[in-house]
Amino acid sequence: MKILRFIVILFSASIVLAACEQGVDGDGPAPYSSRYKALPSEATILKGATVLTGTGERLDNADVVMDGGKIIAVGPGLDAASMTVVDASGMWITPGVIDVHSHLGVYASPRVNAHSDGNEATAPNTAEVWAEHSVWPQDPGFVTALAGGVTSLQILPGSANLFGGRGVTLKNVPGQSVQEMKFPGAPHGLKMACGENPKRVYGNRGTAPSTRMGNVAGYRSAWIAAEDYRDKMAAAKKGQGDAPMRDLQLETLVGVLDGEILVHNHCYRADEMAVMLDIAKEFGYKISAFHHAVEAYKVAEMLRDNDTCAAIWADWYGFKMEAFDGIRENAAILDRAGTCTIMHSDDAIGIQRLNQESAKVIGAAARVGIDIAPERAVRWFTSNAAKALGIADVTGTLEPGKMADVTLWSGNPFSVYTKAERVYIDGALIYDRQNPAVNPVTDFSLGTSALHGGAQ
Amino acid sequence: MRTTLRLTAALLAFAAATASAQTTAVIGATVHTVGPDGTLENATILIIDGRIAAVGTNVQVPAAADVIDASGKIVTPGLFSPMGQLGLSEVGAVAGTNDAVQRGDDFSAGFDVADAYNRRSVIIPISRIEGITRALIAPRAGRPDEEGHSSRVLSGLGSVVQLGDSGDYLTKRGATIVANLGETGSAVAAGSRAAAIQQLRAALADALDYRQNKAAVDRGDWREYSLSRADLEALISVLEGDRSMVFNANRASDIEVVIELAAEFSIAAIIIGGAEAWMLADELAAAKVSVIIDGTANLPGNFDRINARLESGGILAAAGVRVAFGAGAQTHQARNITQSAGNAVANGMDWDDALEAITLAPAQMYGVDSGLGSIEVGKAADLVIWGADPLELTSYPEQVFIQGESISMQSRQTLLRDRYLQTDTDKPPAFRN
Repeated sequence: MKILRFIVILFSASIVLAACEQGVDGDGPAPYSSRYKALPSEATILKGATVLTGTGERLDNADVVMDGGKIIAVGPGLDAASMTVVDASGMWITPGVIDVHSHLGVYASPRVNAHSDGNEATAPNTAEVWAEHSVWPQDPGFVTALAGGVTSLQILPGSANLFGGRGVTLKNVPGQSVQEMKFPGAPHGLKMACGENPKRVYGNRGTAPSTRMGNVAGYRSAWIAAEDYRDKMAAAKKGQGDAPMRDLQLETLVGVLDGEILVHNHCYRADEMAVMLDIAKEFGYKISAFHHAVEAYKVAEMLRDNDTCAAIWADWYGFKMEAFDGIRENAAILDRAGTCTIMHSDDAIGIQRLNQESAKVIGAAARVGIDIAPERAVRWFTSNAAKALGIADVTGTLEPGKMADVTLWSGNPFSVYTKAERVYIDGALIYDRQNPAVNPVTDFSLGTSALHGGAQ
Repeated sequence: MRTTLRLTAALLAFAAATASAQTTAVIGATVHTVGPDGTLENATILIIDGRIAAVGTNVQVPAAADVIDASGKIVTPGLFSPMGQLGLSEVGAVAGTNDAVQRGDDFSAGFDVADAYNRRSVIIPISRIEGITRALIAPRAGRPDEEGHSSRVLSGLGSVVQLGDSGDYLTKRGATIVANLGETGSAVAAGSRAAAIQQLRAALADALDYRQNKAAVDRGDWREYSLSRADLEALISVLEGDRSMVFNANRASDIEVVIELAAEFSIAAIIIGGAEAWMLADELAAAKVSVIIDGTANLPGNFDRINARLESGGILAAAGVRVAFGAGAQTHQARNITQSAGNAVANGMDWDDALEAITLAPAQMYGVDSGLGSIEVGKAADLVIWGADPLELTSYPEQVFIQGESISMQSRQTLLRDRYLQTDTDKPPAFRN
């Protein structure tokens, strides 16, 4: 058994290594690639819990076995020999929480101007910037999010621009640099923004765009330039003409056209989502998710038919005109239509309780006779989120072979009284509410009285 | 399915229309009175002319009463949003719909937003169908405008309103005055929180002086004051204990200043924000200073809140401090005070204390608890019937009563919901009415 485990560890180490080497260009790891290394873990069985697998299943009195950083087995009465046993009776287990829309690190706490690194609001197209180059790993919000069960999250640039720049998906582990947090192999995102924000920011300066039609002209012009750049690069490779000088902005856009970078589109109104889908059609790219999407419920079938997710808040509304029609049943109507529904935060407090936000939707749906079972709602902040981030093949559900990103809850996660008790990332116990001495503390939080989501 | 739903809606509408009948009995529920009777099982609440005429387990129901069977349900007092801009803000980023921020030198302590209150705001039905029956509406500090006009250290008067359809919507005009300390105070004063404190101290001293020398002031035979006479008049009732003062403060050092000011000027002081109030729980309890907190705010949003934590509510209540929730959940999200309270319970607060914090405690803070805030004989019948634990986010009010009136459980959001829930029609949404 010992030897077996040794082999498993070696095996998982080689996976991490392989991930580090993604993008290798002959002489070592590519710049900016992930240097994430899973923390040490031990073979562990969580016994006797209610398990929501993230696949839509609920298993009562079931066990979850993790070894070598992976989920080994999920089910009732599993063999616990020579493993660390955690009595999880009365508790619930879900895949680790995934937030597709966070600004942790780029709008870090404390929210002083010096930490305002999320919006390169100097031009409507800044597809060349990468959010990861703004991430401050010492943001205390990473640790409080961990206490809320969050194991992976996408950090996005802000929404001032039509093209805000690249988003980065992180493992929610402490790192000295963002590279140590980068989710191995996760694709980049491209943040795009519809509506009021770009037209307000640039319109107030007397520059384009100042209208929604100006926004759309801005997107289309940029995609035309990207197509031209892509074609010239391809031609040069075939020996037809010189390659244009490398252009970071166009490189990002071509990454989208080539399907390597996923579009995350801030968009509130139903009619604007319809226009954005037409732009995607014109240029042959896919929109992975509309974010905020407070009117997504008005076009649930359209989003479903385009295989585009809606990443939303439970109940934010009314703070601006394009958010006036927000309703708590948004997720319920989307989910009923079979649209990929995601609960997102966009907020350092909200990210700590995506389970509670989902509970609000369950309550609102119950009010009109729609029953949403926990095993269904849990997908909103696990498997569906993983799908939108392009990491669903490795995380987001509790299935053998997937990363052991797991949250153990004190009870039903949709109860306001429930808290994340333990959080595992790649099988390593990163957070233990009952043993705060072992939990991470950011440099910034040292010496303060209130740490880690209150688990001191 | 659709027909059944419509029928239910029609019945509810009928119930609402007839609710003005004089006598109503709510029977069979678990009643959390938040009063001396505590929690009563299988209790009856008798409502006559909008007031609670009886509550208990042995109440005779008059033959003429409308009886509402709430067996298996939970009844609580109506919820009280202790701070916000309900009826003063329709759409946050649409300037013309916002009336809570005033800039320039014209007004200070006496600025009265009650005159701008819009009881027909669509935000009000959205809030009250989630159980909010009363709210404190208040002016607040804003950023300087383009000409550099700044808000003031004293924002002005806050009022208690009821969110029902009839009766006087103003429960108590000018129940409190809002003052800004800490980073907010620094931003509206001269760039230092000390300047905000000095301005406030000068204003209170002026009011004290003015009260004692009104005759000389009338004769024009007295010194200049830092505020207008209207502002000083507003402050006098603070000094006389007729209205409270709400201090925006989060840092422990600012909270210590509030404790000092409260003692020096005999102010019924309330702190809003209070991120570090838990560090001074015993001192606040001794000084009888109340605190309105956000039950979910645990991050240092700024340097005033370095020691914010989720256990604040429990620590403060255990020390004997009067606590309310509503430093985060306000205005459009006033309804989320239940989430704030629920999280406080998850982090150590007693459940009954948490329910009190969203019902009776704000009524006490604003001096309206003789008629509101708990289910006691003689008080206004502001009641909520819940299907389950009101602090759970999966539960919701089945019926809300404001001053005894069974309100319509419809809002602009339920209309949108019902329109887009319809799938058994080929009609475009605009025709699904």
